[in-house]
Amino acid sequence: MSLENTPVITARNLDLTFETNDGPIHALKDVSLDIGKGDFVSFIGPSGCGKTTFLRCIAGLETPTAGEITVNGMTPDEARRARAYGYVFQAAGLYPWRTIGGNIRLPLEIMGYSKADQNERVNRVLDLVDLGGFDRKFPWQLSGGMQQRASIARALAFDADILLMDEPFGALDEIVRDHLNEQLLQLWARTEKTIGFVTHSIPEAVYLSTKIVVMSPRPGRISDVIDSPLPRERPLDIRDSPEFIEIAHRVRDGLRAGHIDD
Amino acid sequence: MRSILPVLTVVAAILVLWCIAVVPMNMHLVADQAQRDDLVVAPDTPGARQELSGLGLSLRNAHLIPLTYTFKRPRLPSPHQVAGELYATTVEKKITSKRSLVYHGWVTLEPTLLGFVIGTALGIMLAIGIVYSRVMDRSVMPWAIVSQTIPILALAPMIIVVLGSMGIQGLFPKSIIAAYLSFFPVVVGMVKGLRSPSAMQLDLMRTYNASGYQVLMGLRLPASTPYLFASLKIGIAASIIGTIVAELPTGAKAGFGARMLVGDQYGQPLVSWAALFAAAITAACLVGVVALIERVLLRQMGMKPA
Repeated sequence: MSLENTPVITARNLDLTFETNDGPIHALKDVSLDIGKGDFVSFIGPSGCGKTTFLRCIAGLETPTAGEITVNGMTPDEARRARAYGYVFQAAGLYPWRTIGGNIRLPLEIMGYSKADQNERVNRVLDLVDLGGFDRKFPWQLSGGMQQRASIARALAFDADILLMDEPFGALDEIVRDHLNEQLLQLWARTEKTIGFVTHSIPEAVYLSTKIVVMSPRPGRISDVIDSPLPRERPLDIRDSPEFIEIAHRVRDGLRAGHIDD
Repeated sequence: MRSILPVLTVVAAILVLWCIAVVPMNMHLVADQAQRDDLVVAPDTPGARQELSGLGLSLRNAHLIPLTYTFKRPRLPSPHQVAGELYATTVEKKITSKRSLVYHGWVTLEPTLLGFVIGTALGIMLAIGIVYSRVMDRSVMPWAIVSQTIPILALAPMIIVVLGSMGIQGLFPKSIIAAYLSFFPVVVGMVKGLRSPSAMQLDLMRTYNASGYQVLMGLRLPASTPYLFASLKIGIAASIIGTIVAELPTGAKAGFGARMLVGDQYGQPLVSWAALFAAAITAACLVGVVALIERVLLRQMGMKPA
């Protein structure tokens, strides 16, 4: 697909230093990366490697101290104002005083969609994450996995081309996680979104991604970028194939290398 | 309903202690009266009796003990006397009567509710200002705390007098003092509640490019609802106390505070005690109403009370 060659997110020599009481912390150092349209990019690395910080830079929630970054050709802050992306956090973070439907309606209300449009979109994205008919339930009536799916639906509701996900399945158990990974791939195939996905699970990163960005800590930097040769169509048992295992090896090597030169 | 039994146990314990205390508290007065009524009293001179404690005198005059429970102007009225007075002045009196506690209750309730509304509105507005403005956070909060360290008993007459000299009388000055006491818990609770959303929830709003007003209405205010109700329950009780304090030193002619003072000044302890209990019962009912609204509203919002 020629679409993949159009970069929607480009980062050049990104630096980010947090000033703390214990002195400066180099969260990101010299990070350069292109993310093409329709890519599924995973960021993997140990904690402190800056993977979440980089995602937050893309979202305009953090401002780099040096370097350049564009999202859809705009600065991240302009992209944020233009509602260019949906963001899924580590915790579902649904508002307990809103129903599932009400939670998904929240961004739509803020962005001023009409009532009819809101209802249509809520139903559509609930179907997309297999939660059709749950719109009147309150969050506490749903399991953790269902809540996280609802939060993905919330990020999808306003049709942003980019979906940024910060360890969205980190708090879920293995079985639920497998299931959600499979669903996420289907959703990605149907919506053709560009997805940035932070994780610290190697199988998850390899299974989901077209591009795997391996990062290492102190200072946070990119140590390897792997373009996955796996097909876009991926059944769960692809994880037993030699190609899959080979990529997983390379990711693991990259992670280990990051630790050695520390 | 499971909470009923412990509550009744405590009430029973208080009643028992009260009944025991009635005897020594009233014995000196009862003995003096008994002597005037030609009953046998030991020792038989008032001076000698003053030497003895209430307890000692009670032990030497066991036959007078029943009289301590029915004495007309007791130092400490017995529970059934207070209950009787309450009944007589609420149920048996017409509510238009100047001696009806329902009438006095309404006189107190009106400024209480008005003051509560003013205090709550003021508290919420100050809290929003404090959360959204660093300047207000630095400048208003210390004064709000200082305002509560000033003895209200000293401040109340000043406010009444100052407002009176400006021609403002009646309901409003009392409401001001009720509001003065009730705004503070609302400020403290609402500041905490408005700040209760996590960094993640606030970040989520930023990814939507939500305005400050949208964050307030969509996130901060609903998140603070449980905190608000915790404060309102304290606030409404503080309101009625504020109103009564406003009635006490100012020669008010009606209201629970006026009744308490009248009972004190004219040697009718039953009047004071009945007003005291009526005020306590009213306050408990008001807190109960707020709690009920809290339960209904939070259930409607799908939340559990904080």
